[in-house]
Amino acid sequence: MNPDEIVAAVGESRPRIEGRLKVSGSAHYVADLPMPNLAHGWMVTAAVSRGRIRDIDATDALAQPGVLGVLDHRNTRRLNPDIAHHFGPDRSLPLLQDEVIEYAGRPIALVVAETPEQARAAAAALRVTYDAKPHDIEFSMNHPATRPASTLFGPEADTGDLEAELAGSAMVVDELYHTPEESHSAMEPHVATAWWEDGHLYAFDSNQGPFGISQVMASLFLIDPERVHIRAEHVGGGFGAKTICGAQIILAALAAEHLQRPVRVALTRRQVFLATGSRPPTEQRVRIGADADGRLRAIHHHAAFAQSPLAEYIEWCTEQARTLYAAPAIRTELSAVPLNLLPPCSMRGPGASPGSFAFESAIDEVAERLQIDPLQLRLLNQPVVSPVSGRPFSTRRLVQCLQEGARRFGWAQRDPRPRVRREGNLLVGTGVAAVAFIAGVFPSSAAITAETDGTFSVRVGATDIGTGARTALIAVAADALAVGTERVRMHIGDSDLGLAAGAGGSRGTTSCAFAITETAKALREKLGDSARPVTASVDTTPLINWQPAEERYTYSAVFAEVTVDPATGEVRVRRLLGMFAVGRVINPLLARSQLIGGMIGGLSMALHEESVRDPLTGRLVTADFAGYHISAHADVPTIEADFVADYEPQDPSGFNGLGEIGNAGTAAAIANAVWHATGTRHRTLPISLSRVIERAAAQDRPEAVSVA
Amino acid sequence: MRAFAYQRTTQIRDALNLIAQHDGARFLAGGTNLVDLMKAGVESPARLVDIRSLALGEIGETPDGGLVLGATATNSAVAADAQVRLRYPALSQAILAGASGQLRNMATVGGNLLQRTRCAYFADPSEACNRRVPGSGCSAINGAHHNHAILDWTEHCVATHPSDMAVPLSAFDAVVRYETLDGTGEIPLSEFYLPVGNRPDRETALPDGALITAVVIPAAAVASKSRYRKVRERASYAFATVSVAAALDVQQGLVQDVRLALGGVASRPWRARLAESALRGGPATAERISAAADVEIAAAEPLRDNAYKVTLARNLIEAVLTELAADAGEESNG
Ligand SMILES: Cc1cc2nc3c(=O)[nH]c(=O)nc-3n(C[C@H](O)[C@H](O)[C@H](O)COP(=O)(O)OP(=O)(O)OC[C@H]3O[C@@H](n4cnc5c(N)ncnc54)[C@H](O)[C@@H]3O)c2cc1C
Ligand code: SF4
Repeated sequence: MNPDEIVAAVGESRPRIEGRLKVSGSAHYVADLPMPNLAHGWMVTAAVSRGRIRDIDATDALAQPGVLGVLDHRNTRRLNPDIAHHFGPDRSLPLLQDEVIEYAGRPIALVVAETPEQARAAAAALRVTYDAKPHDIEFSMNHPATRPASTLFGPEADTGDLEAELAGSAMVVDELYHTPEESHSAMEPHVATAWWEDGHLYAFDSNQGPFGISQVMASLFLIDPERVHIRAEHVGGGFGAKTICGAQIILAALAAEHLQRPVRVALTRRQVFLATGSRPPTEQRVRIGADADGRLRAIHHHAAFAQSPLAEYIEWCTEQARTLYAAPAIRTELSAVPLNLLPPCSMRGPGASPGSFAFESAIDEVAERLQIDPLQLRLLNQPVVSPVSGRPFSTRRLVQCLQEGARRFGWAQRDPRPRVRREGNLLVGTGVAAVAFIAGVFPSSAAITAETDGTFSVRVGATDIGTGARTALIAVAADALAVGTERVRMHIGDSDLGLAAGAGGSRGTTSCAFAITETAKALREKLGDSARPVTASVDTTPLINWQPAEERYTYSAVFAEVTVDPATGEVRVRRLLGMFAVGRVINPLLARSQLIGGMIGGLSMALHEESVRDPLTGRLVTADFAGYHISAHADVPTIEADFVADYEPQDPSGFNGLGEIGNAGTAAAIANAVWHATGTRHRTLPISLSRVIERAAAQDRPEAVSVA
Repeated sequence: MRAFAYQRTTQIRDALNLIAQHDGARFLAGGTNLVDLMKAGVESPARLVDIRSLALGEIGETPDGGLVLGATATNSAVAADAQVRLRYPALSQAILAGASGQLRNMATVGGNLLQRTRCAYFADPSEACNRRVPGSGCSAINGAHHNHAILDWTEHCVATHPSDMAVPLSAFDAVVRYETLDGTGEIPLSEFYLPVGNRPDRETALPDGALITAVVIPAAAVASKSRYRKVRERASYAFATVSVAAALDVQQGLVQDVRLALGGVASRPWRARLAESALRGGPATAERISAAADVEIAAAEPLRDNAYKVTLARNLIEAVLTELAADAGEESNG
């Protein structure tokens, strides 16, 4: 091992090592993994938004060919009712335990048969009757049931004298912003295969963190966590929807135990929409007071989101307000509104994405009303230390992002007045948004074995949900071991590999990279000229400083150019540029692809995505891709995502996560560009044509035509 | 499992017999709509008679200079056909604005005309829907109907017809040719789709068991100066919110002929005859175009949540006719 001969792998652009397998169809996802003696479960979901199951008549279903059984609340074993998940107590997890229904789409039965087709046909013959009760899906921050949200993520901000600063401000923006319920829509539907052996539960499951899921499953089934073994080798996307312990694995495990044979539960696209979590709708009030010269004096961001009465959840929308700009008074508030909706779960930059839309739109409104360039306003109010905690930032390269982005985008040529740029019938506008995204690591462990053939087996419970995490971690391990990447054998995606952060919270790769780096250090100290394999392992739990002296964030500046046809309301994004400060970049090729994907997610959120429920029944109407629109290829312009040089001092290798930041600022940048194009401020997402269309006003009519 | 029989035949007569002899038998063309609905449980035919091997795939000319589109010609083939592109450009544009390349390669002329509505309640057998189950009620009228009809609906159904292709065909006075065991027949497209009335499940005037054999488009000089514009909720791969097929012929400053039809606004392609007659014979000025759009749209009755479609339909008529008038202006100047 001569370090001088090794080219550093970190910092190099390399394609995903499993890319070839994936594009040639030979990477095995959960539903592709063969299993002898497999039975198939078909999930049945509640058709009412609130009430009780009166009866489930399975007579006809059981008489159908191939049917092995029907599980419902009357014949299913008891699960732990006192289960908790990421955000606190979660009564949505114990499935098939009682007749209570709190949302449409709640799994209420599983029909198991020899083939999926038989199970599906039998499920159609199940006769479910309900005693429906009045439900409530009317979301509003003024709902009588609104209450403070969980403070698990820390207290909300309250510094300075907010009302006095507002009163002393030359100008106050006070507006409401709305974002709808949304659905993650990962490409691979949720699927699990579970089986039991000698009191151990085994499962292949499409999830974002098998270790965490194994802990929840152990608690739910009241067994020793050592007896739960979950694998997730290849996962076809998650966007947060697979951070939770999904219905598919719970139902598969219940049925496998009941029938004493392996059971697969593969959800259809429709079932994914109906039953696997969502981003909750939000309503956000932002008040910002400023002096005439653009100095901010007061920031108040109050965000409310919907959640289920069954489970605690946090859509942490208020993060931008407490860190992006300096102001003598900053207050944030977060409220939860329990409603009869699908229990939400983290989605593509949870909190930050809807929060940034509201907050960075409001900042733009300050610029608009003071007639200050929105980029200048943002630069003018940069804090030196955290405006709420007073702590310094470990690195903060937001200004560089804004300035370099502005240079590349050609911001200096922008006419600040709205509705002045025209191309034929189209209105053209540009907008910007800044983002801060909280960074850090979660406890994780790794084990590395120096094999006798000169290779190194790295075992870490990381998950690669398509981002290239596996490839990134190989580079990290190679550099930490001072060997070439060809000598690294990476094993991930298995709960038996031990404690590991899931691919979520933008922390999967950084957390596991930290564990790998520390383990490599320990191994190198152990290595002699041993003829036998040598293994070292490290758990980073005691190494993590939960009270660092400095605040740790990643940053970005997003620039957007849009065209709007006021006669039809069609908005098209023509250019998107994101400049990112995300620590030292492990693999620029994969990082850029992740960020571009995030920006497309933000575009989709800005213009298209919206789950629609029937106003009377509360059932989801948009439970397929014909109804739930995500941006199509033709909606996606050329996107540029690039990095400013950055290094995170809190990480031994200078890394930070970048999983979700691409998503966060894009909606606000687009909304601000739509304002610049049209002169109309859109405070409700999505900015759909029905909201943008204008009754043709005389001056916007196309030139009068007369044919002589 | 829902078992069904499947047969493929090469003779029209055999196909008609199979349908006549078996209850619940249905023609299968590209299958892009029927098979989807079978999977959703909306359709459950006992037998599928595959008609793709019938000799009905030709696109040819009629003696008087019109075109005949064979019923099993694929949407891709029609869109790419040189005569279609030259003489009926709006038809080619409309087809290409629909679905995706893969779907258009499978979808056929006959199947396209007979595709069912995209109302989400229709596609979900657990919901009440008069069009699927007569008398069960209409979930959309007070439900989610953001993209439903603004013209000619009844309290029994407020759904729209989803076809793009049918919109220019309606503007060009196309005629549907069919065959039954009793012989052949023709129905003008304007009479092909039945008004909603109180039986939205009765969608067309096609006799029971009839096979569409072709669609005939009469010759029309104006059609070569036509265009299709489709507005939808994203840039591609979505059904129309509102679409317009229009053709305009201006001679010596006066509108000689004009054709206008709308998609996405009613249970059938909406031929805008009021706007047409408002324009015919006069100059194609901005004021007259605008007035024609207003006249057509005056009858619109939006539902609770789709008033924006009235504005959209109006603006789109105006925009497309204005573009065509500008083209005509350039031609006469140049
Ligand atoms: C994802 C998706 C997106 C789409 N987007 C669009 C769009 O944007 N615009 C658009 O216009 N369409 C769109 N479509 C619909 C598509 O155009 C239709 O599904 C297609 O045209 C149907 O043709 P087919 O040959 O596949 O019909 P099939 O599915 O085979 O048949 C449809 C019906 O017609 C009957 N039938 C077929 N041929 C005959 C015949 N010759 N005589 C009598 N009966 C017959 C069948 O029995 C059946 O009832 C989309 C479809 C999908 C799946
Ligand atoms: S609009 Fe028509 S298709 Fe839709 S639910 Fe009502 S009856 Fe059914």
